[in-house]
Amino acid sequence: MAASGCRGVRSILWKYGSCGKSLCVSRSKTALQLPVRQICVSSSLWKKNLAAAGPEKFTQEFINKQVEEFEVGKRHLANMMGEDPETFTQEDIDRSIAYLFPSGLFDKRARPIMKHPEQIFPKQTAVQWDAEGRPFHFLFYTGKQSYYSLLHDLYEKILAIERHQAEMRNKGLYTTDTKQIVLTGSRWLLKEEMEEHLVENISDQDYMRLIQLMERLLSMPYCSLEEEFVLKFRRHLEVQSRKQEIPVIQYDPQGVAFSVADGRRKSAKASITLRDSGSGNVTINGKNYLHYFPVLQDREQLLFPLHFVGTLGRFDIEGSVEGSGHSAQAGALRLAISRALLSFVSEVEVEKMRQAGLLTADPRIKERKKPGQEGARRKFTWKKR
Amino acid sequence: MAAGVLTRVTQVLRGPRLVSAVFSCHGQTFSSAAAAVKSTAAARDTAATEKIQNFPLTQPDYFRLSELFTMKDLFEARVHLGHKKGCRHRLMEPYLFGSRLDVDIIDLEQTAEHLQRALNFTAHVAYRGGIILFVSRRRQFGHLVETTAKECGEYAHTRYWKGGLLTNAPIQYSPGVRLPDLIVFFSTLNNVFQQHVGIRDAAKMNIPTVGIVDSNCNPSLITYPVPGNDDTPVAMEMYCRLFKMTVNRAKDKRRQMELLKGISSSV
Repeated sequence: MAASGCRGVRSILWKYGSCGKSLCVSRSKTALQLPVRQICVSSSLWKKNLAAAGPEKFTQEFINKQVEEFEVGKRHLANMMGEDPETFTQEDIDRSIAYLFPSGLFDKRARPIMKHPEQIFPKQTAVQWDAEGRPFHFLFYTGKQSYYSLLHDLYEKILAIERHQAEMRNKGLYTTDTKQIVLTGSRWLLKEEMEEHLVENISDQDYMRLIQLMERLLSMPYCSLEEEFVLKFRRHLEVQSRKQEIPVIQYDPQGVAFSVADGRRKSAKASITLRDSGSGNVTINGKNYLHYFPVLQDREQLLFPLHFVGTLGRFDIEGSVEGSGHSAQAGALRLAISRALLSFVSEVEVEKMRQAGLLTADPRIKERKKPGQEGARRKFTWKKR
Repeated sequence: MAAGVLTRVTQVLRGPRLVSAVFSCHGQTFSSAAAAVKSTAAARDTAATEKIQNFPLTQPDYFRLSELFTMKDLFEARVHLGHKKGCRHRLMEPYLFGSRLDVDIIDLEQTAEHLQRALNFTAHVAYRGGIILFVSRRRQFGHLVETTAKECGEYAHTRYWKGGLLTNAPIQYSPGVRLPDLIVFFSTLNNVFQQHVGIRDAAKMNIPTVGIVDSNCNPSLITYPVPGNDDTPVAMEMYCRLFKMTVNRAKDKRRQMELLKGISSSV
């Protein structure tokens, strides 16, 4: 009985990993009886805590299998559509799926899609350490390794530039008018873009700190040494005025240049023909503008684009307008005149007109009436009792 | 205490291999001569591994770290300069030589002894493949500490210390993460002159610590305190250089021993 007790002790102790020591322990059976406590367990303890589990994790094998299935499926789809499987691009896939599975659903994200698994399954960070448990990155224990290693590299570059400056000073070649990095027409990466770049979440203060450090790098005279590194964190801004659609200049049989343009405001639609004839006549719907628009404000709205560009007496305006009220019609005509004027004017003037707001369509429309209220904003009379 | 800590480290690092040896030796009936030969080869392998692990522990200064620095080097690096008398911490009084013009002077004989012990311990941990984390919250020396860590292949943390990095590691990182086996503090205070949270957390998680304690720091929770100056750039550069050389020496020695074992087992 004692022997069986000993073997029992040894098996328990081996299970708990202290088998390196030689065991010459002889204990009586009574010592094995540990105090037992009645613990009442409810079913809520066995239910999985879904919130604490975090986002669903996929193994690398699962993702690889999905990628294989996608490639095979792509070839099947190409055969089905009668096209070459080798040159079947993502746009072809989208077109085929839209043809084979027509969907009337409003939300584009609810319709059937067939995309590469990399775009569907969220990116997950791989295991960060090797077989022995040693992490790969030297800043792993900070928690935000890519962000802090970026700060480390930035500071390294700042020190390198300072050393270069000191060298130049020693040689007597130090100047402040060196080649500067061109920053106009670009902006810093936004916080979301930075998070995507680093594959890590950073806070607002972290982001501001990073931008401050970048600005410090750029304030040094010899910063052009690290130009390509800095430009990796800048996004090019598109020049807005290049997107304007300028109407084509046409010529009538007399040789007079004219251009046609449309404009809308609320529910008024206007169409304008701008003639480069040298007189300042304005005709709307066959009538002179003095008769059609008795209100001064509407006439001012019509002539404002010409006044802005400085060509008040040069152009002849012939327009037709329908719908809505007099103010909206005047606004529609103004937009049409500005658009027609673009073809007679230089690019600098186009940018000036865009910044003045002449080329932007006014998006304001009549706000809808809501139930439980008398109008769009007016509530019913409030009665205390 | 050092021996006790070391045995805990050995058990952590040695456990799986010993278990396999015990299971292979106990109650195995050999069906063929080849199996018998294999088991004896395995036994010889484990004996050689044990020798590599245990032999450095038999000698007091196996890595010859006393050649790395002298007391004169410490003096020239201004390691003996502490803070003013008003900033003095009560528990640092045994380590102080005295004070001159209100500035506390640290006893360099004690510093040399403590530094020798600390470097020896670091070398043994690095020899056994332990993870060493260098911590400092001083902004002037953050980059220096990070570069030191990168150059000796260990880890650094010179940034804001988030709450549960050691105590809540499976949630902060991922489940199955390995914690550092030694934390070296190049300055035990944080930016608001309070004790660094890492000292208390390491003590909670049974992780040994080495720390450079200045005359305004609390040396009580640190396993291997090294009284010395932590404000002067010369002193910090010297400490970084010493720790880097220690870790590199220990790792080179380990690689040497593994190579020798490989040669001897193939012969």
